[in-house]
Amino acid sequence: MVQGGSIQEGAAQFEPFLPGLVVLLPLLGFALNGFLALKHARLSADAVRAGGELDLDGPSGRPATHTLPSLIGPGVMLGAFIITLINFVSMMGVELHEPVVIEYWTWMATGTFSVSAALQLDQLSMIMMMIITGVGFLIHVFSVGYMKDDPGYPRYFSYLNLFVFFMLVLVMGASYPLMFVGWEGVGLCSYLLIGFWFGDREKADAGKKAFIVNRIGDFGFLIALFMLFATFGTLDFVPIFENAETSLLYGGAAVTAITLFFLLGAAGKSAQIPLYVWLPDAMAGPTPVSALIHAATMVTAGVYLVARSSVLFALSPVGSATVAGVGVLTALFAATIALKQNDIKKVLAYSTVSQLGYMFVGVGVGAYTAGVFHLMTHSFFKALLFLGSGAVIHSMHHAYHATHSHEDAQDMRNMGGLRAFMPITWITMWIATLAISGIWPFAGFFSKDEIIWYTAAFGGAANAPFPGLYTIYWILALAAAMLTAFYMTRMMVLTFHGPNRTGQEEAKHLQEVSPVMWGPLAVLAFLSMFGGWINVPEAIRTSFLGGFGALPMGEWLHHWLEPVTERAHHVQEVNLGELSHAAPFGGGELAWALISTVLAAIVVLASMRYIGARPGVPARDDKELTGFAKVLYNKWYVDEFYDRLIVQPIVRFSRFCWKVIDATIIDGIVNAVGWVARGFGWGISMFQTGSVNTYALILTVGVLVILGVSIL
Amino acid sequence: MITPALVLSAIIFVLGTFGVLVRRNAIIMFLCIELQLNAVNLAFVAFSRMVGIEGQVFVFFVMTVAAAEAAVGLAIIISIFRHYETVNVNNFNLLKW
Repeated sequence: MVQGGSIQEGAAQFEPFLPGLVVLLPLLGFALNGFLALKHARLSADAVRAGGELDLDGPSGRPATHTLPSLIGPGVMLGAFIITLINFVSMMGVELHEPVVIEYWTWMATGTFSVSAALQLDQLSMIMMMIITGVGFLIHVFSVGYMKDDPGYPRYFSYLNLFVFFMLVLVMGASYPLMFVGWEGVGLCSYLLIGFWFGDREKADAGKKAFIVNRIGDFGFLIALFMLFATFGTLDFVPIFENAETSLLYGGAAVTAITLFFLLGAAGKSAQIPLYVWLPDAMAGPTPVSALIHAATMVTAGVYLVARSSVLFALSPVGSATVAGVGVLTALFAATIALKQNDIKKVLAYSTVSQLGYMFVGVGVGAYTAGVFHLMTHSFFKALLFLGSGAVIHSMHHAYHATHSHEDAQDMRNMGGLRAFMPITWITMWIATLAISGIWPFAGFFSKDEIIWYTAAFGGAANAPFPGLYTIYWILALAAAMLTAFYMTRMMVLTFHGPNRTGQEEAKHLQEVSPVMWGPLAVLAFLSMFGGWINVPEAIRTSFLGGFGALPMGEWLHHWLEPVTERAHHVQEVNLGELSHAAPFGGGELAWALISTVLAAIVVLASMRYIGARPGVPARDDKELTGFAKVLYNKWYVDEFYDRLIVQPIVRFSRFCWKVIDATIIDGIVNAVGWVARGFGWGISMFQTGSVNTYALILTVGVLVILGVSIL
Repeated sequence: MITPALVLSAIIFVLGTFGVLVRRNAIIMFLCIELQLNAVNLAFVAFSRMVGIEGQVFVFFVMTVAAAEAAVGLAIIISIFRHYETVNVNNFNLLKW
């Protein structure tokens, strides 16, 4: 069953431990929870028909229908995480150079094309599995508290489990088609969960928007697959990457087209310009969903795709430069929008788009490890931020619910001073904020700094393509980092500091969330603090920023991912030469790390003073913004622009097709045919008089005519 | 030798056809059909002189069918008469669109 694997004389071999179960456990959870959800739906439908409402209160004060999903949902995730951990540890113990492919059955075979249902275990998929199952488990636990009053509780957990299943298929699939199955599956689950409260028209529309925008990207993904098949005759990862260097010309048209189409797919899934518009709207879903799907895992699928196909992107300098360009523009653009948002989740949403941009920069400048590293640290601190905001919203919602107020529980202008009520949430979210701002020694510092550094190093390489371009990228990335520090601090100050603006009565109901909710926050805070230490660059490790080499594992992630990225690095070395050791304006890696962290710290402190000094006003008393601030608040009017440029013309064209082409022309032709046949039949039916004599006469005349014709 | 027989057959057939077309009494029309059949029979017999015995064999088939037809046809006419109390075919024009 196991193919490949590291066959080295004397070396220990990696034996995968029940890899199929990692995938199957969430699927099982989906099936069980789905069954419970259906049963629950029938019960409440019966109750409504009987003229009442389903009594949810069980003996323990929690709804009785929630007990099983609370166990199954996080339970299967814990199981999957433990199995992943066992595999991870056993993979760490061996030198694995080739991916381990476990083939289960032939999925489809037509002619020369054959795809197996096969899972691939290597260092990259292992990291992704750890993130998905680990962070996923924490978010499942958090959901138990966050969703506890929701009538759709079993349905929620079944969707969430299904999502994890598809996400694992995405990262574990051993071929592009299998990856595409996961790719589409997570899109479906994203749609289902954004529109989880589908009774609200706006939320259902947000789900549709996400699905449709993603469809555009999927089109690019599919085209890229077709082109890959035309080039390689297969879509399995192992043969494609093995033959890429020989089959594809460096910088050739084929590989450039493939990578650009892949980029379109990745931009759709990972919310990059121009397809990022769905992600902020996706905040309509429950907040833990935003944390899991729209921050930690699904949206990073595009980064995973580029990192997985690293050798293809390395072969295409134009494709890579476009990836990095899209990334850096998105990072800066989204950061500017985040400056002026008032909805706490919207700030985080744009911050996610911006951070995903950084990951794209990383994988676009050939620093695949740095991209995956930032993906990992981002999944820690962004999941933490989202869960923290979920805790805040939960608390605010309860306060407003208790006083029957209809204020917006997500508007930061209504918060303020929450640190007195929610100290744990406050501290953990500050940790995440410092991490995302790139301040030493939190996780984000190491990952973001590595990306920015590699942008400079790549642009300064001996034979770098478009060297000036990368200098621009580098400056923009630094600028976006400063903006990140500012808007995140603004969010923290507005939410937790200053006087409370919730209201006199409401403030009495504000309180810290239950342990089932702050527990995951604490774990993620720990990871956000120390997660960056798994990949401390040598230059920093041996300096005071890295504790003078006290950490035993410098660049651990880099070495870990080396078997996956070595082909891409080989291509780079051959074609680009050595990377630069100095930034465009001088200074080495350590110097710029120091500069950026000091700058970020200054921005954080300055904006704390600046925002904190301004008197806060609750949302209902706030005056409307003017000038440039209004443009930022309205997200540069991109949605309106798309609406004018794309949506409205399509709607008009569809109306034209409907009213003119379909209703008038096509239906007209069809009806005309019908009328002609009917009229003709009516005419002919006049011969049928019912009178025997007429029939006899016609018969006779007919016979005579036939005889006459045959004689003549 | 067969020409007079064929001429007679033709005359009877035309008479029968004419009767079917112009008469309105169902019984008469029925008899006219019998007339046509028998005109054909006569032609068969006449031709059997030239061609062989098959013509006469065919006459028996025609007579058999004619007998069956007479049985069914008369039965129908009788049941129609019971319903309408007339056998004038002008009254029977329900069988149309």
